[in-house]
Amino acid sequence: MNPIESKQIYQDYVDKKSPNSPILKNCFNAFWVGGLICTIGQVILNICKERGFDTQISSTIVSILLIGISAFLTGLNLFNRIGKFAGAGSLIPITGFANSVVSPAMEYKSEGYVMGVGGKMFTVAGPVLVFGISTSILVGIVYLIFNTQSIVLV
Amino acid sequence: MKKIGKQTVSFDNPPTILECSSIVGPKEAQGPLAKYFDQTLEDEFYGEKTWEKAESKILKENINLLVAKSGIPFDKIDCIFAGDLLNQCISSSFGLRDSNIPFFGIFGACSTFVEGLCLGSICAESFAENVLCATSSHFCSAEKQFRFPLELGNQRTPTSQWTVTGSGAAMLSRSGSGPYITNITIGKIVDLGIKDANNMGAAMAPAFADTLISHFVDTGRSPNYYDLIISGDLGYVGKDIAIDIAKSQGYNIKSNYNDCGVLIFDKEKQDTHSGGSGCACIGTVFSGYLFKELKSRKVKKILLIATGALMNSTSSQQGESIPGIAHAVSIEI
Repeated sequence: MNPIESKQIYQDYVDKKSPNSPILKNCFNAFWVGGLICTIGQVILNICKERGFDTQISSTIVSILLIGISAFLTGLNLFNRIGKFAGAGSLIPITGFANSVVSPAMEYKSEGYVMGVGGKMFTVAGPVLVFGISTSILVGIVYLIFNTQSIVLV
Repeated sequence: MKKIGKQTVSFDNPPTILECSSIVGPKEAQGPLAKYFDQTLEDEFYGEKTWEKAESKILKENINLLVAKSGIPFDKIDCIFAGDLLNQCISSSFGLRDSNIPFFGIFGACSTFVEGLCLGSICAESFAENVLCATSSHFCSAEKQFRFPLELGNQRTPTSQWTVTGSGAAMLSRSGSGPYITNITIGKIVDLGIKDANNMGAAMAPAFADTLISHFVDTGRSPNYYDLIISGDLGYVGKDIAIDIAKSQGYNIKSNYNDCGVLIFDKEKQDTHSGGSGCACIGTVFSGYLFKELKSRKVKKILLIATGALMNSTSSQQGESIPGIAHAVSIEI
């Protein structure tokens, strides 16, 4: 390399020198693990429906079970291994959300139940909630403006 | 003691590194240098309830070990320099609160070990008979403070490094038969604008090169004067960059240069990506491995340069770049 003359030259050099994440491998693993988790959800849903629950209750049961399983696996020090392997595949489904709430709760238990577990539980999931809820409000407003005729209020 | 050149101090009566001790965690105990460490832990908690307590205990036990090994009792130690990565250096101060020895808490991020050796040798040259220098770091407490909870299922980037769990400590003495600290080169803060907290090697490599070249300019030495040039925790990425920068300035260090972050783990088997990092990285590798190599005269001259990234989690969230620092000591026998 030539002597470093500016920060930009160094940044470009570092970008070239630093290895990139194995994107293809990561995408492939995310795809099949994510798909597998969704398939498990679908299987639970179908079983529930067969047992006579309606669709809404069945999907609630699916959420409860998937959240429960991933919280349990987080506690067993297993979910981080799945997450390391599958990346977005286990992060994007509701399993990732459960993990992001349980893991800080475990980590900060040493600071007590109120300021530790309570105060830090949503440090990772917090932004997802804030922006998720904010976006749904925005979408709701847009929906209200353009589709007022089809909405039955109360 | 006199200043030579811009940043270097040379000693008239070079202090001796009398003894070193090291304790490492379970992952380091599976690495290539395992047999050199004095003590290895079976689990990261070390019988404590929190990571922070475990880290303090590692430091405390390591200092007890060093006192036992060196035969210098606590009341003969004139002062201690110690530091770590946790906020306000709590591992060091909590680990040493019952020690009853004059204490300087220092922070130089991962350069703390050599910063301690620099300051300690200045003390040994002036007023002190025995000075103790120690550092610690802990993978779990560092992850908790700088990154994410341990159980979070995320992926690490290839440039990220693995904080070494452990502690390294050295006893400096005014009298002794070596290895001697003959020169120290005090580093400047160097910031070339790297903002990626997952690429510390790239952020710190320019500081390493700056101190390295200043040392050569000040002392008139060349890279082949030393048997080994060792950096603290640049990792694989930073090591490559450091070699390139030094070469661009006309110093070829490729043949006798290595990095503690590269040495301490087996990259393929242990999945540590760019290598080890943390205060304990150079602390344990020097105290465990390199000091024994010096003692057995397998290597006679080492230039030890510890690198540190002077940032915290707030500064990186605010988009600040990462200033680097590197301090050097030349150790000869």
